[in-house]
Amino acid sequence: MKLGRRNDLDAVSFHLVMGVLALACIVILIAPTLVVLIVSFTSGFSLKFPPPGYSLRWYAALLDSWQLHFAAMNSFKIALWTTAISIVLGVAAALGIARSKTMTAKVLDSLFMSPLVLPALAFGLSALMLFSVVGLPVSPLTLVIGHTIVCVPYVIRTSVAALSQLDPVLLESSASLGASRLYSFRRITLPLIRPGILAGGFIAFMSSFDNVPVSLFLRDARTDMLPIRMWQDLEGKLDVTIAAVSGVLIVFTVAMMILMERIAGLSRRLR
Amino acid sequence: MAATPTTQNLPTVTAYELKLAWPLGAFFIVFFLAPLVLLFIVSLYTDTTMTHFGLTQYAKFLLDPFSLKVLGATLWLGVEVTALCLLLGFPLAYVYLRVPGWAQSVLILIVLLPLLTSVVVRTFAWIVILGRQGIINTALLELGLIDSPLRLLYTEGGVIVALAQVQMPLMVLPLITALTRIDPNLADASAALGAGAWRTFWKVTLPLTLPGVIAGCLLTYAAALSAFITQTLVGGGQMLFMPMYLYQQASTLNNWPFAAAISFIFLVAVFAVITVFNMLGKISQGYANA
Repeated sequence: MKLGRRNDLDAVSFHLVMGVLALACIVILIAPTLVVLIVSFTSGFSLKFPPPGYSLRWYAALLDSWQLHFAAMNSFKIALWTTAISIVLGVAAALGIARSKTMTAKVLDSLFMSPLVLPALAFGLSALMLFSVVGLPVSPLTLVIGHTIVCVPYVIRTSVAALSQLDPVLLESSASLGASRLYSFRRITLPLIRPGILAGGFIAFMSSFDNVPVSLFLRDARTDMLPIRMWQDLEGKLDVTIAAVSGVLIVFTVAMMILMERIAGLSRRLR
Repeated sequence: MAATPTTQNLPTVTAYELKLAWPLGAFFIVFFLAPLVLLFIVSLYTDTTMTHFGLTQYAKFLLDPFSLKVLGATLWLGVEVTALCLLLGFPLAYVYLRVPGWAQSVLILIVLLPLLTSVVVRTFAWIVILGRQGIINTALLELGLIDSPLRLLYTEGGVIVALAQVQMPLMVLPLITALTRIDPNLADASAALGAGAWRTFWKVTLPLTLPGVIAGCLLTYAAALSAFITQTLVGGGQMLFMPMYLYQQASTLNNWPFAAAISFIFLVAVFAVITVFNMLGKISQGYANA
C-alpha cells in the first residue's frame, strides 16, 4: 500500500512537471504570433497591448507604402529564382548522393549541409569579398547565388529522405520490363519523391524570402529586401505599419503551411 | 569495352551516378569554399588598405579583452538558449507522443509555425510583448505587482527567451523523431520492475533519446549564435554579440581585414563546438544502441 502511494506521487509529480513545461512551451510558441496579429488591428499609434481600439487603418496605410511594396516584390522574385535553382541543382545532387556509400558522397553531403550550421553573416561577408575581387557588382544575380548556397540544403535534406524511402524493387522491375533509366525516373522516381521535393522547395522559398544575413552584404538600394526594410524600420522607430506587414506575412505563412501539409505532408518531411 | 557496360549497368538501375552531384559540387566550390578561402586571405592583411601580410588582426582580436568578451558572451548566449530550449522542448516532444492523432497534427503545426514565419516578425512580436507598454508590463501594473514598467526589452533575459522561441522547432523536431524510435515496451518493462516515473525517465527514456537531444542541441546552438536579427532588435545597442561586431567592422567601419578575422575566429569557434557535439553524438549513439 505504502509503496503504491509513493509510486502514485512519483507518477503524478512527473506528469505534472512534464505537462506544465510542455504547456509553457506551447504558450511561448504561439503567444508572439497571436500578439502581433492582435496589435496589427490597433486603432492607436503605438504598440500598446491590449490595443485601445480596433481598426484596419494600418492595413490601409500598407497600401500606400511603395517602399514596402518594392522590397516585397524584390524579395519575392529573388526567392522564386533561388527556389528554382535550388530544386534543379539540389534534386540532382540528392539523386547522386542518396544511394552512394562512397567517401566522396559523404564529403559532398557534409559540404552541402554546412551552410545550415555555419554563421550565415560570415558567409555573406566572404561572398561579397569574392564578388568584389572578380569585379561583379552586387545585383539580383549575386543575391540569388548567395541565397542558393544557404537554401539548397533544405531541398537536399527532404529529397534524400524521400529517396531513401523509395523501394529499389520498383526501379528493378521497371528496368526489367524494358523501361529506359530516364523513363523510370520520370514515371517512378519523380512522382514518388515529388512531395519531398515540394516540401524542401517550400522551406527553401520561405528561408530565402526571410533571409537577412546574406542579403545584408549582397544587396544595394536597387535591390532592397523586405526583411531588411522591416528590420531597419524597427531599429529606427517602432512603426505600427510593420505590425500590419507582419499580419499579412503570418496569414500568408499559415495558409501556405496548411496547403503544403495537405499536398506534401510537410510535417512528416521535416523530422 | 562493349561487354563490360552491360554487366556493370545491371545492378545500377536502382542507383543514380554520383556525377549528378557535381553541378552543385562545383557551385559550392566556386561560391562557398572559394569565398571562405578568400575570407581567410583577407584576414591576413595587416592594414585596411590591404598591402601587407601578417597576423596583426588575430593578435588584435585575441589580445583585446573587449573582443574576447564579445566572443565569450556569444558562446555563452548559445548555451543559455540551448538549455532553455531543451528544458521546455523535451516535455513538449514527450507530450506529443502521448496525445491523440488530431492533437498531434495541431501540435506539429504549432511547432512548425515559428520555423516558417519570418524571423523579423517573430522578433517584432517579442518587442511588443516585452516593451514598456507591452503585455507583461501592462498585466503586472494592473495586478498592482509593480509601480512602474520593468525594463524587459534590451536585457539578456529578453534575448534568451526570444531566441528560445525562434529556435525551439530545431530542438523539438529531432526530439520527436528520437522519442518515436523508442520501443514503448521498455518503459513498461521498467515500470513492471518497480521503477517510478522519474526513475524510468532518467534511466530509460533520456539515455535512449540522447542522439536526438544532441542533434537538437547542435542545431539550436548554431542557430542561436548567428541569430543576428533577434540579437540586435531584442538586445538593443548595449549588448554586442559576434554577428553585429562583425557587421559593424565590415559595413560601418569598412575594416575588411579585421571583419574577416572576426568572421574566421567565429567560424572556427562554431566549427569546434559542432565537432564536439558530433563526437558526443557518436558516443551517445553507441550508448543508445547498446
